[in-house]
Amino acid sequence: MLGFLKQPVVVTAEINMNLVALTVMGLVNRLWALSYPRAVVFDEVYYGQFVSLYMKRIFFVDDSGPPFGHMLLAFGGYLGGFDGNFLWNRIGAEYSMNVPVWSLRLLPALTGALCVPLAYQILVELHFSHCAAFGAALLILFENSLITQSRLMLLESVLIFFILLAILSYLKFYNLQKCSPFTAGWWFWLLLTGVACSCAVGVKYMGLFTYMLLLAIAGVHSWHLIGDQTLSNVSVLCHLLARGLALVVVPVAMYLSFFYVHLTVLYRSGPHDQIMTSAFQASLEGGLARITQGQPLEVAYGSQITLRNVLGKPVPCWLHSHKNTYPIRYENGRGSSHQQQVTCYPFKDVNNWWIVKDPGMQQLVVSNPPRPVRHGHIVQLVHGITTRYLNTHDVAAPLSPHSQEISCYIDYNISMPAQNLWRVEIVNRESDTDVWKTILSEVRFVHVNTSAVLKLSGASLPEWGYRQLEIIGEKLSKGHHQSMLWNVEEHRYGKSQEQKEREVELHSPTQADISKNLSFMARFTELQWKILTLKNEDTEHKYSSSPLDWITMDTNIAYWFHPISGAQIHLIGNILTWASANVATLVYVCLFLWYLLRRRRKICDIPEDAWRLWVSAGGLCVGGWAVNYLPFFMMEKTLFLYHYLPALTFQILLIPVVLQHLTDHLCRSQLPKNMFSALMVAWFSSIYLVYRTFSPLTYGEPTLSAAELRSLRWKDSWDILIRKH
Amino acid sequence: TLRRVRSVAFPTCLSLDPASSRGDALAPGAENYNSHDALRGNQTPLPAMPYGADSLSLDAVRGGARLPSGPRCGGLRQRRPRRPAGEPSRPSPPPRAWAPLEAPVGVWAPLASITLLSFASRFYRLSEPPHVCWDETHFGKMGSYYINRTFFFDVHPPLGKMLIGLAGYLSGYNGTFPFQKPGDRYGHHNYIGMRGFCAFLGSCLVPFAYLIVLELSKSLSAALLAASILIFDTGCITLSQYILLDPILMFFLMGAVLSMVKYNSCAVRPFSAPWWFWLSLTGVNLAGAIGVKFVGLFVVLLVGLNTVYDLWELLGDLSLSLVTLGKHLLARVFCLILLPLVLYTAQFAVHFAVLNKSGPGDGFFSSAFQSRLIGNNLHNVSVPEHLAYGSVITMKNLRMAGGYLHSHWHLYPEGVGARQQQVTAYLHKDLNNLWVIKKHDSNTDHLDPSCSVEFVRHGDVIRLEHKETSRNLHSHQHEAPMTRKHFQVTGYGINGTGDANDFWRIEVVGRKSGKRIKVLRSQIRLTHLATGCILGSSGKTLPKWGWEQVEVTCTPYVKETPNALWNVEDHINPKLPNISLDVLKPSFPEILLESHMVMIRGNSGLKPKENEVTSKPWHWPINYQGLRFSGVNETDYRVYLLGNPVVWWLNLVTIGLYLLMATCTIVAIKRGAQLTVCVSELSEVLLHSGGKIMLGWLLHYLPFFMMGRVLYFHHYFPAMLFSSMLTGITWDTLLKFCAGCLSCSMGKRVYTYGMLALMLLIVYSFYLFHPLSYGMVGPMASDPNSPMAGLRWLESWEF
Repeated sequence: MLGFLKQPVVVTAEINMNLVALTVMGLVNRLWALSYPRAVVFDEVYYGQFVSLYMKRIFFVDDSGPPFGHMLLAFGGYLGGFDGNFLWNRIGAEYSMNVPVWSLRLLPALTGALCVPLAYQILVELHFSHCAAFGAALLILFENSLITQSRLMLLESVLIFFILLAILSYLKFYNLQKCSPFTAGWWFWLLLTGVACSCAVGVKYMGLFTYMLLLAIAGVHSWHLIGDQTLSNVSVLCHLLARGLALVVVPVAMYLSFFYVHLTVLYRSGPHDQIMTSAFQASLEGGLARITQGQPLEVAYGSQITLRNVLGKPVPCWLHSHKNTYPIRYENGRGSSHQQQVTCYPFKDVNNWWIVKDPGMQQLVVSNPPRPVRHGHIVQLVHGITTRYLNTHDVAAPLSPHSQEISCYIDYNISMPAQNLWRVEIVNRESDTDVWKTILSEVRFVHVNTSAVLKLSGASLPEWGYRQLEIIGEKLSKGHHQSMLWNVEEHRYGKSQEQKEREVELHSPTQADISKNLSFMARFTELQWKILTLKNEDTEHKYSSSPLDWITMDTNIAYWFHPISGAQIHLIGNILTWASANVATLVYVCLFLWYLLRRRRKICDIPEDAWRLWVSAGGLCVGGWAVNYLPFFMMEKTLFLYHYLPALTFQILLIPVVLQHLTDHLCRSQLPKNMFSALMVAWFSSIYLVYRTFSPLTYGEPTLSAAELRSLRWKDSWDILIRKH
Repeated sequence: TLRRVRSVAFPTCLSLDPASSRGDALAPGAENYNSHDALRGNQTPLPAMPYGADSLSLDAVRGGARLPSGPRCGGLRQRRPRRPAGEPSRPSPPPRAWAPLEAPVGVWAPLASITLLSFASRFYRLSEPPHVCWDETHFGKMGSYYINRTFFFDVHPPLGKMLIGLAGYLSGYNGTFPFQKPGDRYGHHNYIGMRGFCAFLGSCLVPFAYLIVLELSKSLSAALLAASILIFDTGCITLSQYILLDPILMFFLMGAVLSMVKYNSCAVRPFSAPWWFWLSLTGVNLAGAIGVKFVGLFVVLLVGLNTVYDLWELLGDLSLSLVTLGKHLLARVFCLILLPLVLYTAQFAVHFAVLNKSGPGDGFFSSAFQSRLIGNNLHNVSVPEHLAYGSVITMKNLRMAGGYLHSHWHLYPEGVGARQQQVTAYLHKDLNNLWVIKKHDSNTDHLDPSCSVEFVRHGDVIRLEHKETSRNLHSHQHEAPMTRKHFQVTGYGINGTGDANDFWRIEVVGRKSGKRIKVLRSQIRLTHLATGCILGSSGKTLPKWGWEQVEVTCTPYVKETPNALWNVEDHINPKLPNISLDVLKPSFPEILLESHMVMIRGNSGLKPKENEVTSKPWHWPINYQGLRFSGVNETDYRVYLLGNPVVWWLNLVTIGLYLLMATCTIVAIKRGAQLTVCVSELSEVLLHSGGKIMLGWLLHYLPFFMMGRVLYFHHYFPAMLFSSMLTGITWDTLLKFCAGCLSCSMGKRVYTYGMLALMLLIVYSFYLFHPLSYGMVGPMASDPNSPMAGLRWLESWEF
């Protein structure tokens, strides 16, 4: 009973001092003088604005990636008590006192520092010696580009951290698989793999590449599992289900939760509202919601409405008309109907108001009770201010001669009769008797006489049309393009029969009383779709580069420059490490092919265990490098050197793998081994020297003289800023 | 004997299955169907085709430890008999395999009948409609260009259009029809020759598919199913009936697959005549496929992967010596890499030799290229070779269809940068394109006879003076009119006196220092000395004030793009001796390279416009939307390119079915399930043969998802061919498997009725939808009176 008294309680703790030392060195190396420079450095100007918006809870859309990374940065700001009041407009601008620079940069720096022990642990889990693992960690530690990137408020180091974490936990899991499946540790590492993967994807879409690689590796391992006939069918199924749960279901759920938090935190309307649909905008506080709050839901005959084009490209705009007519002859000599122009106008305006009229009745007010318009009904659309009817006829549109012109009909005693009947087709209807709803319904207007569809062509009219967007009647309607869809944004029941009163009514703000809420999934799908499809114009940048420049580091990026002292920060790597990594990759690929072909001929140069190790380590490192690098050749967006960093990390991990293989299997006697070790020491010292040499450009201090800067320009293509005096 | 042999032709219970000859329990009485035994028993000459029922039964026999003595290429499974490494290869027996007369009726009759049907379906109403349909306006026109020998530019390689031109020429078409727009009547012009040629190639697809499936699956019914799918697919018929590149492309593509499959079957006897024949034929077809469209690269990839797999297998065969392996490797390198390359290059040689007159394509090519063309103003001109100070020159931008550096008296309008003289790029020849090269620091007249000639060298700092207005080419830190991030380029100064912003450094790309600068050949970069920016043309059109000429800017981003490179075209300097431009004529490799660069740029330039509704790759397999070939209105003769929906949806379902079956099989094998001989034979066909076809489908379909260019429905048809063959193999395997599970008589019936039902379904659906290809007249399908009423199953179909 009291047996524990007889024997003392002993706690034995094993601490790997290597790991501790590496972590401390990493922290020192990444966190040293973190709040210097107290100025906006490079892409901080980009991420900073999102941090500010988070602080102010204002909704935004960022097409560069999912929100988790921004959220992490904002969390740093939140801890530092940042209120979001800073104008992020210029690289090099001094931070005001309210910006907690240190805590904003802390998270990337921490994750960057933790990459060092992670690298160590990964090589240990791959069954390489502690010496090789230590070497890998040192290489990461002294890699200038990784240091630069983690000391600033940027996302790459966070991404690399999650990638390495995912790899490490998968290796841990895989090593546990042989001896103790379904234990707590096994589940922990398996789930952590999934979580880390989703975090990586959540920070930047680049994380997908590594996620795919891990899925592929897990797939191969599962395939071996299926082939293992010592396991029963049930236990194989359990294994597969567990992997499916942890590597697919959990990441998807995590990814959704990022968006859930994002949408919950950002509930105020803001500058990017216009990109979203009216329904989405109405779900945000302020903005459109203030206008649409309490509008009647069902559009009825006599409703006064504004119609927004669903596509939202090139700019969001509303169906519009004004007193001016189409010119009699266009510049190219074609004629027009010379009737009132109908355009799409990207600003709110009283001329955006239209009245839905029943063709059979004269009145322009809503009857009591209101008669709702349903799918398939025929209506006329009356322009509120000019009381002309929306019309189309067999006249070529001004800029799209294959389509019909849309006009507001003026009865000039001309040969052309009015053709102003439109059929309302609700595209997202649930049944054929659906009522046309404000904001929610996406509607096509089909012209009754010619079956042309009201469409935004996307072209801007010339001067006579005030550069507003062209509206056309598309005759050969192919499919359901969003440019043919319209939704009612502002809406009220018209009450005034007289034109004068109606004008007053149109000028007054809408009011009524209902509110709409979109479900989370609907908002998520829309936001996700916008993030993926939103395209920034192809912008050139001074420091953009092509993937081919990255391997040899023919390019660098000037991040920051002190206007007076000339101190500067560059994204520039440890060139020796980069070169060694390239050589290692080349050696690996050549040796791999050599072994592979020889093995096929049943000649084994290395023992079976060593071969398996060689394949698994190489598959991970070279595979990781390839999946994170090669896809960039197919991308059309503007690319920068920092996109290469995840690939580089994998490539660096390969160096000790190759070195250890060479010592173990190619240096057979003692003498070459000793020489090899000596060479290693010399090589490591030179890597450290290169790191020291370039550290002024990495940390931004000390300030170098022009001559010193010039001597650092080891490659002609490097752009180091030297002031002319 | 004849009756028995015929029994092979009709799919009965596992009669074609090699397992049957092993007396498998699943097929009692199978020996009745063993054609080999039957034939041998009667001393009939062996039906000597490298495919088909015969070689299959031979395989089966070999499985029973009796090695055949006759020459055979065959066998999907026993790839090659083990032979001691040292033994010299036996002399090849005479290739009797090629004597078609000896072939049994059982194999040839179905082939003949499907070929006949295929030709009938493709040539029926070939001349209708007698007007230009859809892309005939392009390819017919290009055929005419070959007949007229005028140079043109197209994004596809030349072979397809050359063949069209040849067909037109041989059939008596004289190349005078303008092919202006779809709907133009042909009138008296002879267009049937060109259409007939395409229809002929299109008809060959069906026998090709038949032979491929037969070779892969050894099952006659699978082959018949695949062939009938293609015969009765309205889409394939429509696409084969007009002057288009697609039938030509698909012909070479299927030819390549067929010959690949054949040479794989000949692997038992490597280096024999049939082996060489099929291997080199594969190479020839590959060259043809890429020569028609770059999409042919996918089939190259397919053949490449197959070859790598093949070599890998050979490498693992320790009975082969390294020397033999080397021979294998060299044979493939020669036939599958070198031979296609040579043929491909030869096509271009013919292309350039035939098209020697100036035409609409000139502007896409560089000045040096244009000097080859008769009728071009650069043809047979003589100019001084090296630039010297005082020379009067024109400079052409190197981007595709780039203009000449131009200036005129007009100023930039108020609010657009500095109010100085405009500098633009202008596409036409004009006196305002002339510039004089001067030294940056002196204004001496170099043409003065007392001065000695001084050549401009790489790296010199120069000043360019506009000849007509005497203003200097100038740039400064004002933003350019259209590209806001670039600097404005203007004409500045009076009579050549300006300021330091007029100085430009002239550099030749890829040159180190000090060399002279050549007319036409040197690619020149002009760097602005003060700001370090580079003179370039952005390609954007200026508004009305700039006469809709192209914007010229000075870009601060130092990038190697053709936008920022120029070459000197005209060159006038009376003090220098003129040389004929013939010396500067580009060599054939240079022309080849240039035309490829232009094609690639042209292809990537085919971007969909904003708001344009384009066809998406996911639309294609579900037959979501077709293409209007001809006619819009009720009175028109309307042809609509749309796959036979029954066939296409069957194909779509089959892909899912195949994946399911393959996964089940492969997992079962991996789990070590004990398969009966019959099932394991079936799974072999499913995984290996089906896998090859599936790979073909993936390679011809998935890459389109990554393409940024405009895509059309007809891009799916190569993939559709593979999909149809897969359908044949999959359903045959599935039915055989079902039949094997049931008792024999029952199984026989299931198999027969299953196949019959599928074929009847296909034929009936073709009967319903045939007006899509053979023309519809009268009311649209939405009208209940129309013959197509009720057939518009998807709202997105527009007939």
